[in-house]
Amino acid sequence: MAIYINENTNVLVQGITGNQGTFHTRQMVKYGTKVVAGTSPGKGGQKVDDIPVFNSVAEAMQNTQIDASILFVPAAFAKDGAFEAINAGVKVLVMLPEHIPVHDAMAIMNYARAKGTTIIGPNTFGLVSSGKCKIGIMPNQYFIPGPVGVVARSGTLSYEIVGSMANAGLGTTTVVGLGGDRVVGLNFIDVLPEFEKDPETKAIVLVGEIGGTAEEEAAAYIKEKISKPVVAYLAGKSAPPGKRMGHAGAIIERGMGTFEGKVKALNAVGVEVASLSFEVPELVKKVLK
Amino acid sequence: MKMYEYMGKEQFAKFGIPVPKGRVAKTSEEAYQITAEIGDSVIKSQILSGKRGKAGGIKFTADPNEAKEFAANLLGSELRGLIVDAILVEQKLKIEKEYYLAITIDRGTKCPVVLASTKGGMDIEDVPEEYMVKYHVDYGIGMMAFAAREITRRMGLGGGEAKQVQAILQKLYNMFTTLDAELVEINPLVVSGDAVIAADAKVTIDDDALFRHKDLPYVEERSESEKKAHELGLAYVDLDGNIGVMANGAGITMATLDTIQNYGGAAANFLDAGGGAGEEATAKALELIMAKDPKAILINIFGGITRCDDVANAFASVKKKAEIPVPVVIRLVGTNQERGREILQEVGIEAYDTMHEAAQKAVEFAKN
Repeated sequence: MAIYINENTNVLVQGITGNQGTFHTRQMVKYGTKVVAGTSPGKGGQKVDDIPVFNSVAEAMQNTQIDASILFVPAAFAKDGAFEAINAGVKVLVMLPEHIPVHDAMAIMNYARAKGTTIIGPNTFGLVSSGKCKIGIMPNQYFIPGPVGVVARSGTLSYEIVGSMANAGLGTTTVVGLGGDRVVGLNFIDVLPEFEKDPETKAIVLVGEIGGTAEEEAAAYIKEKISKPVVAYLAGKSAPPGKRMGHAGAIIERGMGTFEGKVKALNAVGVEVASLSFEVPELVKKVLK
Repeated sequence: MKMYEYMGKEQFAKFGIPVPKGRVAKTSEEAYQITAEIGDSVIKSQILSGKRGKAGGIKFTADPNEAKEFAANLLGSELRGLIVDAILVEQKLKIEKEYYLAITIDRGTKCPVVLASTKGGMDIEDVPEEYMVKYHVDYGIGMMAFAAREITRRMGLGGGEAKQVQAILQKLYNMFTTLDAELVEINPLVVSGDAVIAADAKVTIDDDALFRHKDLPYVEERSESEKKAHELGLAYVDLDGNIGVMANGAGITMATLDTIQNYGGAAANFLDAGGGAGEEATAKALELIMAKDPKAILINIFGGITRCDDVANAFASVKKKAEIPVPVVIRLVGTNQERGREILQEVGIEAYDTMHEAAQKAVEFAKN
């Protein structure tokens, strides 16, 4: 078991012929992902390694079973690419691009909701069900199978934490990158119930950061609905208010989204928050006992 | 991008939202001229900060000479730490009631949300929750007339006033979506006789959408270093400490600053160098960090797909070319990390396995 994606997921790569698209397609295939098709308008009929390239998502879906798609296109064209995938009936769409206009993101989420598509991102590293399927750009070596579900707002920080867990012998079921933007498809409260249902997931690690109220909402949800132990790490303790810390969503605005508020909310429902990232594996081991 | 009040009002006028008569003045003569035309005036300094009244940045007068004198004193002066480059001279309104209207983005529902209150004119955080109407707009259908009617109903408005507020809501929503705004706020929305008028304007445009709004005036809020970093495609924020920081990824950069703080140090900056750290980008990033005259530099690279030997080679060649007068601590892990560390040792840079060890060392250096 794993959540959202597994060893049977057939993956489409939108923008497969670009540099990034081709490079990461190869990395995904190396990891074991079933990449069954790619798209690139005007390049239909070509191949990337053994993977057939189609002109459009609709054309790819006429020819192949597609369960999920990953979008490698520049931010300005991301809305069109996302609408194309949703319109063609893709069920899980991973959106990597950063700097997608927030109104485009709202339009995408609205359309996805109507069509029943799950959106991961934008501004995410993707998601990976360890040992089974990786749809994203994370380094393969740290994602080994194990009992911990990870849900995170930040990419490299997830690698850091998943890497330190792997070094401590702790593997992962699924690692989900929510994305660093303000409007993203999945929030903590969408992913938590999936981990709760997944029998292989024994503990959950939540990697949050300043800005917004997703961590506070997660705390309220954990209190009501989550029986599995949860450990958290939050970035941005030292960030000054009103400054955007790299991610569009990582900003303390009008006194909202502070580090202290999030820690307090999580502690209040029994979630331990690691003060330094390297302490996460110890805390996870403690709660797994 | 935040807009000055006068720019926001120019946009309001374009979208058909009533604003007071008047316009922006960049010289004291212009201020004289406008007050002479419109009579009873309010003169407001244009800075990207609230509480201008308390700071002495707002004046009421009907005398063009007084307007001129006030403008002359204000223009070029500093108010709340910001230089006043422009003032807005407009007709003084007879205020009967003050309301509040805003549209912003709700992360949870992923939709625009309208905030509306009959308690306007004050700091919005001070408005009690029960006086604040929150209405989520379905992005697929927008602000239809029924939605505007529902908002004014919840506000408790009636008659011609309700109709005017409904029209303003629809126009404001049109502006919000057309301009890719993150926030459009009217505080206060003034009832003056039979008219409902936007007496203030706070407008923020999504930076990521500016590429399709080349016609809008550009407002620069960033410091020189932040501007330079932006041109290089780096995410950068000035901070107050003395340890220069460079890392790859927003989350890990934040965590690096937090770890420094945990060991009693303070970072001089936030710098997310992104994924691929080529030689040129590394050199330029270091230049930015050096410009702040730090006591030590901490570089935290968690190379996933980025190869550590490439990163190390980039640093080594920068180090050979440029004098770096302060200690540099590097944390470097990932693909080809052993080779990467050898390269760094050859140029006398210490490399560490973990972020906390490296941060501790950098804090130690910065204290000496």
